Amino acid sequence: MAECHPVGFQWVMEAKARGAKVIHIDPRFTRTSAVSDVHVPLRAGSDIAFLGGIVKYILDNELYFREYVTAYTNAATLISEDYQDTENLDGLFSGYDAATGTYDTSSWAYEGHDGGESRRGAVDGAGATGDGEHEAEERERAAGQELGNRGANLEHSEVERDESLQHPRCVLQVLKRHYARYTPEVVEEVCGVPKELFLQVCEAVTVNSGRERTTAWVYSVGWTQHSVGVQYIRGSAIIQLLLGNMGRPGGGIMALRGHASIQGSTDIPTLYNILPGYLPMPRAEHASLRDYLGSIGSPGQKGFWTQAPAYTTSLLKAWFGDAATAENDYGFGWLPRINGNHGTYQTVMDMLDDKVEGYFLLGQNPAVGSAHGRMQRMGMSHLKWLVVRDLQLIESATFWKDAPEIATGELRTKDIETEVFFFPAATHVEKEGTFTQTQRMLQWREKAVSPPGDARSELHFFFHMGRMLRERYEGSTLERDQGLLSMTWDYLEPGESEEPSADLVLREVNGCHLAGDEAGRPLSTFVEMKDDGTTSGGCWIYTGVYANGINQAARRTSWREQGGPWLAREWGWAWPANRRILYNRASADPEGKPWSERKALVWWDEEAGRWTGHDVPDFPVTKAPSYRPPEGASGPDGLAGDDPFIMQADGKGWLFAPSGLLDGPLPAHYEPHESPVRNPLYSQQSNPTRLNFRRKDNLSNPPVTEPGNDVFPYVFTTYRLTEHHTAGGMSRWVPYLSELQPEFFCEVSPELARERGLENLGWATIVTARTAVEARVLVTDRVVPLDIAGTVVHQIGLPYHWGVGSDAYVSGDSANDLFALSLDPNVLIQECKAATCDIQPGRRPTGPDLLRFVEEYRSRAGVTVETGNALLTLPEATA
Amino acid sequence: MGLTEAFLGWPVVRQLTGNDPLGRGAAAQSARTAALQPRTATADRVARTVCPYCAVGCGQLAYVKDEKVVQIEGDPDSPISRGRLCPKGSASEQLVNSDRRKTTVLYRRPRGTEWEELDLDTAMSMVADRVADARERTWQDSDEQGRPLRRTMGFASLGGATLDNEENYLIKKLFTALGAVQIENQARI
Amino acid sequence: MSERGTTSWYGPLDPAPDAGWTEAPPRKGFFTDTSICIGCKACEVACKEWNAVPEDGLLMLGSSYDNTGALGASTWRHVAFIEQPKALGPQEAGFAGTAAGPPGSDVLNRTADSALTGDRTALGTDSSRLEVGPAGLGAVDLGMPSMTLPGSVDGAQRTDFRWLMASDVCKHCTHAGCLDVCPTGALFRTEFGTVVVQDDICNGCGYCVPACPFGVIDRRAGEKGVTKNAGIAQKCTLCYDRLGDGLQPACAKACPTTSIQFGDLDELRERAEKRVEQMHAQGIPSARLYGEDPCDGVGGVGAFFLLLDEPEVYGLPPDPVVTTRDLPAMWKKAALAAATMLAGAVAVFVGGGS
Repeated sequence: MAECHPVGFQWVMEAKARGAKVIHIDPRFTRTSAVSDVHVPLRAGSDIAFLGGIVKYILDNELYFREYVTAYTNAATLISEDYQDTENLDGLFSGYDAATGTYDTSSWAYEGHDGGESRRGAVDGAGATGDGEHEAEERERAAGQELGNRGANLEHSEVERDESLQHPRCVLQVLKRHYARYTPEVVEEVCGVPKELFLQVCEAVTVNSGRERTTAWVYSVGWTQHSVGVQYIRGSAIIQLLLGNMGRPGGGIMALRGHASIQGSTDIPTLYNILPGYLPMPRAEHASLRDYLGSIGSPGQKGFWTQAPAYTTSLLKAWFGDAATAENDYGFGWLPRINGNHGTYQTVMDMLDDKVEGYFLLGQNPAVGSAHGRMQRMGMSHLKWLVVRDLQLIESATFWKDAPEIATGELRTKDIETEVFFFPAATHVEKEGTFTQTQRMLQWREKAVSPPGDARSELHFFFHMGRMLRERYEGSTLERDQGLLSMTWDYLEPGESEEPSADLVLREVNGCHLAGDEAGRPLSTFVEMKDDGTTSGGCWIYTGVYANGINQAARRTSWREQGGPWLAREWGWAWPANRRILYNRASADPEGKPWSERKALVWWDEEAGRWTGHDVPDFPVTKAPSYRPPEGASGPDGLAGDDPFIMQADGKGWLFAPSGLLDGPLPAHYEPHESPVRNPLYSQQSNPTRLNFRRKDNLSNPPVTEPGNDVFPYVFTTYRLTEHHTAGGMSRWVPYLSELQPEFFCEVSPELARERGLENLGWATIVTARTAVEARVLVTDRVVPLDIAGTVVHQIGLPYHWGVGSDAYVSGDSANDLFALSLDPNVLIQECKAATCDIQPGRRPTGPDLLRFVEEYRSRAGVTVETGNALLTLPEATA
Repeated sequence: MGLTEAFLGWPVVRQLTGNDPLGRGAAAQSARTAALQPRTATADRVARTVCPYCAVGCGQLAYVKDEKVVQIEGDPDSPISRGRLCPKGSASEQLVNSDRRKTTVLYRRPRGTEWEELDLDTAMSMVADRVADARERTWQDSDEQGRPLRRTMGFASLGGATLDNEENYLIKKLFTALGAVQIENQARI
Repeated sequence: MSERGTTSWYGPLDPAPDAGWTEAPPRKGFFTDTSICIGCKACEVACKEWNAVPEDGLLMLGSSYDNTGALGASTWRHVAFIEQPKALGPQEAGFAGTAAGPPGSDVLNRTADSALTGDRTALGTDSSRLEVGPAGLGAVDLGMPSMTLPGSVDGAQRTDFRWLMASDVCKHCTHAGCLDVCPTGALFRTEFGTVVVQDDICNGCGYCVPACPFGVIDRRAGEKGVTKNAGIAQKCTLCYDRLGDGLQPACAKACPTTSIQFGDLDELRERAEKRVEQMHAQGIPSARLYGEDPCDGVGGVGAFFLLLDEPEVYGLPPDPVVTTRDLPAMWKKAALAAATMLAGAVAVFVGGGS
């Protein structure tokens, strides 16, 4: 955190000064470790075992917050008799289909429920199908990511519970069995973390949790870049729920995101599988709006997702205006449908297969920043046209003349047919608009100056691109063009002909009343949204940002005038409804009283008959703690007064996920796709549902389970440095940053340096089955070899900021070129935080020699397209 | 300046007549030094903005003089950052005023070996033509089972994590209305 | 003059009033608490950005994360990174008991030394390219991960580790050698008690450079007319222009963790002493202040530090002494000659007009 988010880290330093214990768990000793109380070096790719060990420690020693766990989580809920755990199946859960490499998740359901896929047929009564074909399709559309801010659906909210937590099929008991083998000894064996050090962490985490104290987990998004990335986060979610750290001040799990508005670009997504506000993209089977809505939430479940019809209709009204009517399903039919994986890596492969003609890169440098850089660049060379909008001539804009593949002879400038347009973009001070930062807070930026020359904002570019395209299709009667022509596209202030107004866009996002006396008045909250076309709103979770006709994101009341920086509710605006801590109903006990005065956040004011407190209550404000819904009640009305997790289909925090995840209801440790270590926990080596691509241009190093693995004996991981930003587009062109970290380097331990003859500040070549890159060597004690079950495993650290090009202030080989593509099945994010390699002293060969050099490695390791692609690795008998 | 004032203002004379006989302090201060003012004080206006790098969201103040950003530093009022910035945030002024920034549209034709300059409107019009073209050529009305697809897989987009919400909203809205689905950003990476 | 003159050259004093500033504000300075530095280098960048100090080299030094090297004409803040096989008080570095050999810090520090003293070509030790084929791989064994612990070669084990970071800056000495030797009056003592170079006066003679006991001030390399202030002496001004407007220096304002604290020197000294006591109580006995003592060889500095090891470890002189300590004696001898020169100078002024 000190390394990548130094200014946010001031709060950690402040907490530390006030007595907080800071623990840093990271393969490498970073600038964060330097000022932490404890640093825990562990093997890259072993975190689930580490987190699982903590869960077991909590359960074994009965250190969970019993009252919280019983009341607020699904610990007491019974699971289907059909469920079988990794304990029973040697690393698989029940329902695995080897033919498709996917799970039928229906056996993971709650007792008495039909299965995880009730949403699919809840409206038309078709029920869950649960066949492998459907699950494969779910992976293809990154079903997990649709659940960006919610739990998955349930058919209904009636569950069987055993409040004594003793029933063998209640979640808590299932958890105990699942984690039985995650002992401190196993943690030591998997992670390379000495038992004593591990127990020190367990003790610190549990001692600092409970009524009077809370513990926060902070991760940077490297946690997501694994073939089991989602389950990493789940691992810490289970710990936090067991310890009662969710919805409470000083608790929670904080994702430290790395781009200024990456949270915003998920909320208002430029992602293929979701619409604004985490509504799913329509799929091919959704012939009508009714079909579509039936897939989002079952009317029988609890919580606010049952209001999806209002959110969706309001979105369609915002997009299509008067053309959206009840008769035409509010224009639902104009939306494109997805029917598979259309994620960025799939798209690159489609480029290579000449299925994609054009590509827009908007402040993004995939030639350097995406995994398997060669595939990215080769893919672009297959395009008919490429549009790059950026501040500088990034490597993705100049690949046609300076890509590494030009040097190797794989590409020739004169043969590349791709037309490339480079549009200069506006910087953050040359346009107004909102960023959503990592705690969901929108902050409006004022425009300081106009962009220079022909540089323009994306707002300008896309507004005018839309105008031009609408002009081209004007008068068309083709059905396919009607969405474009019906779309509202009025973003010019009166009298303005050139610059679209971000303020008008934000108003549209917020939404307004469309009928009656209130027509035209901005909505104050999404609760006002209707499913009958009388409200609009482009992103329901952002509704309220323009409450009372005031741009709430532009609020700038100094923290000094707000009694301090804590919460500071008058600065910017956080979704939803300006709540600063999500699910904060859980900060009070079931009766509505704070768990402790020290940790008070919101509470029930009996006299006033409402929830109140320091934060905006994340709960129906007049619903008393004692409220119990009548039988059959659903949606927000179905929430009991002690159901704090109001977006969850049963109002509870999910220790066990009966639906929504594609690779297991509980996290299980699997080795990375490429690993020099056999999974000590199960015969199943790696995530059996990860998405691999068997292609000649996506070869894998042999994992330990296959011959030839000794050719690539080392683990490497990638990361950022404080001095640079991602693929370098905003740092390698800035002299003051470039001079601070001018060259690509690898960090190695003195032991590995000795083993391979590497000299500090000399050169090293790092090799995988994809390519070889050269880096300066930094020999440092901050990297330590780990003892993994009696074998020394060396790890190599590579910052990934450099790329090969001709325009940047500083350049270098790109660490991301080293990776093969293997994706997490839930969200289709690549594994680029743990893989295997070899390292040799000296610079890499250049030109065609580089290809021969890598080919020689492949040949020695016996690499083929099948290498590493066997998903199921159980012995025949078990499988 | 009259001769007398000039003489009295001369360092050596100040040194002899003032409290700084060694001539190392007040007497040595040059007129230019004495007139120094920080450019934050002489700016025409200040815009309240937010750092463009990571997602912490530190407040920045952008000082503008003669329609040029002359300084970007932390906003002390921000409850997130309390006026502090990391090296990247501190380098924002250099990011904005970089002399390497391109300010014209560049075009590389098929098999071309060099950039050419293009007029902005012409370039946008060319891109609009290509989008429409690709869309026509690759339009898919329905799948093999006759279910609706209503889309084009002919072009894709990547980016948005450094853009504003308002920009992403227009991108998603326009591309979706056009039937494009391969719209992605850093969040998948 | 004689009585005050003595203290003007050596010993404790308040430098601004001594330099003729009447109604001078309290002396300003920095307290850099290196124990909370996270090595982010915001200070380096904020300083360069505010003062338009040019980029000065794209060298990787191999010295941990320090690629800046040292203070100089175009580096007014420098963050040092020190990797040591030592414990930082009660901190658990997580390395004790790991399957590891002897520490590499010495190797790294040696490279850093040679990188800083040698030229660029000395930095890269192995620039040969790998060749295709097994021959190119040399005699290195490509077998399974070593089954013997690397450390077993000489029986050493990793024990402890700490990573120290410290942001260095001009000390703004009470007795500033650079200022004392400046023949042009370019270097002067400000009303805040700081020491500043006036770009418009400095003629680049360079006398100040060897006069600094800390090796801070230097003449800026570069071509005149191309590089700003090329050829003239440059160093930290404690953001003199900002101070005049009631602002804090750019580095201190940016510092994310308040490792760099700006304020009235008296108050900073009190704060620092409390901090040292606190750290001692926390089990970090190595915490000590550097440069805060008004009785030291430079009369105490305006920019002092809390360090966690000996000053030399951070590249700081252990006992700096102002180079003009013996100047008063020399001055007496020179006084007569100076008076003669001054008479001549006045004559020139009157004769030449304005």
